[in-house]
Amino acid sequence: MTSFFKSRLFAVALILVILAATLPWYVSGYILGLLTVAYYFGVFAMSWDLLFGFAGEVNFGPTFLIGTGAYTAGILNNHFGMPMYPSIAFGAVAAVIAGFVLALPALRVRGPYFGLTTLVAVLILQSFIVVFADLTGGEIGLTIPDVLSIDAGVNYWIALGFMVVSAAILFGLSQSPVGLVLQASGQDPVQAGALGFNIVKHKLAAFIVSAFFSGLSGALLVFYFGTASVGTVVDIAVGVQVIVAAVLGGRRTVLGAALGAIFLIVAGEFLRPTGELATFIVSAVALLVILFFPNGFLGSVLSREARS
Amino acid sequence: MLALQILIDGFAISALYALGATGFTLIFGVSGVLNLSHGAIMVAAAVAAWAAASVFQLDSYSGALVGVAVAALLSLATYFTVVQPIQRSNKIPNEEKEIFVLTATLLWGIMIQEAIAYFFTNNAKTVLPIIEGVVNIVGVRTPKNELFTAAVCCLVIGLLWVLVNRTRTGKVVLAASMNPRGVTILGFELTNVYIVVWAIYGVLAGIAGVLLGMFLGVSSYSVGPLTASAFSIVVLGGLGSVSGSLIAAFVVGYLETFTAYMISPAYRSIPALLLLVIVMYIRPQGLLGRR
Repeated sequence: MTSFFKSRLFAVALILVILAATLPWYVSGYILGLLTVAYYFGVFAMSWDLLFGFAGEVNFGPTFLIGTGAYTAGILNNHFGMPMYPSIAFGAVAAVIAGFVLALPALRVRGPYFGLTTLVAVLILQSFIVVFADLTGGEIGLTIPDVLSIDAGVNYWIALGFMVVSAAILFGLSQSPVGLVLQASGQDPVQAGALGFNIVKHKLAAFIVSAFFSGLSGALLVFYFGTASVGTVVDIAVGVQVIVAAVLGGRRTVLGAALGAIFLIVAGEFLRPTGELATFIVSAVALLVILFFPNGFLGSVLSREARS
Repeated sequence: MLALQILIDGFAISALYALGATGFTLIFGVSGVLNLSHGAIMVAAAVAAWAAASVFQLDSYSGALVGVAVAALLSLATYFTVVQPIQRSNKIPNEEKEIFVLTATLLWGIMIQEAIAYFFTNNAKTVLPIIEGVVNIVGVRTPKNELFTAAVCCLVIGLLWVLVNRTRTGKVVLAASMNPRGVTILGFELTNVYIVVWAIYGVLAGIAGVLLGMFLGVSSYSVGPLTASAFSIVVLGGLGSVSGSLIAAFVVGYLETFTAYMISPAYRSIPALLLLVIVMYIRPQGLLGRR
């Protein structure tokens, strides 16, 4: 751990964060708004990477956790008049419970079967939201009365601070002995168990941590947007974007996932002049990266550094 | 009367689901690939058939043939540009190839979907049915097209059964799904087997797509739900088991039709999803799956 603070990765990350923190003084509110969303997405992607890259669980339903957190916070704020910060906290708690529910099948089934369960979880959540439209706002979305801040710069700093703190915790966890046990149990559960590690306990912990950060980030995101809708926090397309971001940035690197998310969102915006082709181009680029650089951005850089 | 209506409508929908899911499960059984661009290929077939008929003024038979041909080509393109490079890559560890194939086919599907939306807009398209008109079956007015759909689905599934169980090529495919290494030792090129399977899959998905376009109409928004429904039918029946998917297709099809008629069309997909979750908990390998 101490060697990490002297490593080049840490120095680069520190410089990037300091640079990012000064952005509100010289870029427009439009770019700040874009990056704010990108940072929340970065937390989604990092939480997903903890589950996939380390625990080896293919979770196709990151939006089940995100959406539960986001909608719980939104409903508490909108219908029950709960103040903003307790709502966000309850959103995170609800996401942890959702993570627990999602973890139960993961302990029984593996691979594609678990992947499908998570996909179905998202579809059920989506149907639930549409059916109970009185409570959730249905397909139109839920209006949230409170907002984090009306100032673009403050919103940006909240998002950046949140992402940096989450990244530090998630990265620290992944490099700790717990992360190593998780990695071992993801790759060979039988042998990891034979070495005396409690796999069930570790995997459950990974699910809970991942769910906590996904839900917290989802709740913050809806208070930034001022609205919660299926299209922004629950839809499978959102989940796909989270997965693509994590794989693009480099799986099993945690920090790469955040880079991938920022790249995806910013690239999508840069391609806006191409109109409807934007999604096509982003998907094509992501596909090419997966085919030719399967380790992703950060993974490729790190492995080159390790070789030299 | 309502019971009969549910019986007839449910049968057509179920047969269509069965056709769509059969190719999907065949590929998984033989090469272990879950193709998440499935829905996009089906929609591409339907849109191609629609475009051939309405833009290029072909008759509906040729239009349907164009649709099926497009699906077969797309399916082979999926194999050669996406699946094969990943399977042969030495940069990706073997235990992670599954998630890479899933992610890559998903992205490929999104690319097809976006290309369709770009060239043919997002509007829903209905392919002109080959047979028009309605018949009266014991008091239930049924479009002839619905019967035609059911008949074609059953016929194609029957042909597939003959192909797999009675021809030499089919037997090689069957053997490859049981023991790929054994097939290689007997002197069959595994790549050729995969090409045959992807071609069969493309034709099946194409027929299912064109029929769906005639029966319900498609738009680029149907891509996700179509993939999801094929995926859940296949898992419900047991991954890789063709007969399992047939049974599961009818269970899901009738459950959906029943819910839509008796409760509300808005709840259409919920009971099937719940059933799927219950099956996953009690019997994770699906109805007829082997592990």
